[in-house]
Amino acid sequence: MPGTVEIPKEKWTGAIRQVTLGATADQGGSRARTVTVGGETTLPFLFFEGAIPNPPVIALEVQDSYPADWSPVLLQAWGDALRDPATWARKAEELGADLIMLRLRGVNSNGQLTTTAQATATVRAVLQATGLPVIVRGPGQAERDNELLVAVAEAAAGERLALGLCEDKNYRTIVAAALAHGHLVIASSPIDVNLAKQLNILISDMRMPLDRVLMDPTTGALGYGLEYTYSVMERLRIAALTGDSMTQQPMICFVGEESWRQKESRAASGVPAQWGDLEKRSVTWEIVTATTLLESGADIVVLRHPKTVGVIRNTIRKLMAQ
Amino acid sequence: MALSGLEIYKLLPKTNCKECGFPTCLAFAMKLAAKQVELDACPYVSAEAKEALSAAAAPPIRLIKLGSGRREFQIGNETVLFRHEKTFFNKPGLALRIKDTEPAEEITAKVETVHTYGVERVGIEMTFNAIAIENASGDADTFARTVAAARAKTDLPFVLMSNRAEALKAALAQEGGHKPLLYAATVENWEAMAEVAKAGGVSLAVRSRDGLDELADLTTKLSNAGIADLVLDPGSRDLAGSLAQLTQIRRLALKKNYRPLGYPIITFPGEVASSEEEEVVAAAQYVAKYAGIIVLDHFDPAVAYPLLTLRLNIYTDPQKPISVDPGIYEFNHPGADSPLLTTTNFSLTYFSVAGELDGSGIPSWLLVCDAEGMSVLTAWAAGKFDAETIAKAVKTTGVAEKLNHRKLTIPGHVAVLSGELEDELPGWEIQVGPREAVDIPAYLKVWKQ
Repeated sequence: MPGTVEIPKEKWTGAIRQVTLGATADQGGSRARTVTVGGETTLPFLFFEGAIPNPPVIALEVQDSYPADWSPVLLQAWGDALRDPATWARKAEELGADLIMLRLRGVNSNGQLTTTAQATATVRAVLQATGLPVIVRGPGQAERDNELLVAVAEAAAGERLALGLCEDKNYRTIVAAALAHGHLVIASSPIDVNLAKQLNILISDMRMPLDRVLMDPTTGALGYGLEYTYSVMERLRIAALTGDSMTQQPMICFVGEESWRQKESRAASGVPAQWGDLEKRSVTWEIVTATTLLESGADIVVLRHPKTVGVIRNTIRKLMAQ
Repeated sequence: MALSGLEIYKLLPKTNCKECGFPTCLAFAMKLAAKQVELDACPYVSAEAKEALSAAAAPPIRLIKLGSGRREFQIGNETVLFRHEKTFFNKPGLALRIKDTEPAEEITAKVETVHTYGVERVGIEMTFNAIAIENASGDADTFARTVAAARAKTDLPFVLMSNRAEALKAALAQEGGHKPLLYAATVENWEAMAEVAKAGGVSLAVRSRDGLDELADLTTKLSNAGIADLVLDPGSRDLAGSLAQLTQIRRLALKKNYRPLGYPIITFPGEVASSEEEEVVAAAQYVAKYAGIIVLDHFDPAVAYPLLTLRLNIYTDPQKPISVDPGIYEFNHPGADSPLLTTTNFSLTYFSVAGELDGSGIPSWLLVCDAEGMSVLTAWAAGKFDAETIAKAVKTTGVAEKLNHRKLTIPGHVAVLSGELEDELPGWEIQVGPREAVDIPAYLKVWKQ
């Protein structure tokens, strides 16, 4: 046999920061265990040229009131668990989630604004129901996010929650609250390497240690901008590995939220026959979105459907097999 | 990999005779490197130099064409590892595998299903590209009969799979001249396989059972035997192993110009999958990470549609925003009393909205603004879809002349623009529509002038 093929390896100089979510009783929280993400010194799952000390993890989304606007496929899969965030979180843990992502909708099912007391009560109930580390997201409007997340940060002091989303127009209050009460933050930017970098710099300038910052590059679902997210994540990861310090945060992708929003995941009738069965199509939509983003560097994928959790758990196990 | 001007210069006569029209050989070499002149312009170039230069000009991953006529598809010829560096060019062919041990009626049904399946997205018709037929029976006659029966039902290209050269030869005779891919040459059978491929003038896949060394050794032998059109099967079937192998092959071809592995790759996501979901996960990986052909063992439209969509996404040219022309679009023959909606010219946004407007059956007008091909939220964040842009579109298109009313519906995601927009457009009432296109039909039903 003529010679051996010499495998080209990249000599990466940078590494992704390790970020730990959750704190146990010893560490000032009440979590049964903590979850650490990041630490990669190579591109996703390329063990032949670098280390991937922590596997990507799965978060399941829980909301603080009944998500009547969700796809019928999700409503059916979860059933009555959706009516109580604590029950919902417990079931998510049973299904094999590594993290709970609690979304505060900002209004309850009667259309009334959530009070800070209600929000903190929900967070406490979820923390009691599960031993997993918890991510808490606000409704997505600056004023309401600040109001609710500040109260949550204080009520859950020391738990090392990840709070979000911090955006360039609204990050100071959330970062300050996270700093004061021992939490992490999620920095969110609209599918752009430089904006992601800039926000990390701004957050770092507030003296937030970078091992407490996760990065949300903004997720586009399959068929709805997935390729933009995919490429921005590859670019961010390559920049990080080549030593650009302000891009070295682990990445979180809100896969379920984006995937289940789309018509393909919701519409059973009035769509072409070539789309196939709604349930299978919609779950596949989430599976394919999650897989593709794991391949481009996602450290945390936030999912919605119970079945996707099993499939993606299995996928991560296989990708991590050296 | 292209040679630099200096590398080319070393291969030239270095006489500065000027007959090529350039003052020096170096100047000519620079023009060659920039692909602005042809080598033929030099009357004294040696045969060795010609060969070296044409080899260097060949694409690092060979272009392979399979099939014929309207079903022909091509793979290979990729130039980058990451799509953001330029773009991925030739979409991996999707194939369904059938076995010659399956009942004839099942085979016919599968062939017809794949043959007729097509689904439209953003104005593009997406289809499967091939059918793989495996000689699972081990019998050459059975194989040839199956291939003939399948050929009677479709003009799709075939991947003919057998480890016996005589079976492939028999099948090739029934194939009808549609340029199939033969699968596969191995250490044991490569000489016989080379003969069949050569006689038929068709492409040949090469399967290694022992990694890239064995693969490169085999392709070198086949290439020396005169088989130029090869497709690689490096052997790994597991997710992590095949990701590493396919990445290594792509890097070797592109960064090292390593000819023995400069061919497209065939993959089999279903072979080690214990469920359809595992198969779709592996197929998704192969779409993004470097497959030329993906042979599936299951076909279900609910899975085919997402996979075809992923392929479309990954192979979209990232350099050009996909957009439609700004202007006024009509749905269901609108009149002066029909509602007017607005959105951006990102094609995905446009097709989502257009699909709903059309499907609702309700007459309406859609004003598509020039937001530089961005979606509603992205354009809004970038200042490309603001009150000024929308007001300008309303004024320049003269849409008001088509209407009896002065009401404009904006996407729910940019509800914040309504106040400012009413200032920009005196006399207009700005209405806030749904955030998602899917809710437009319900909105139109209750819309009142």
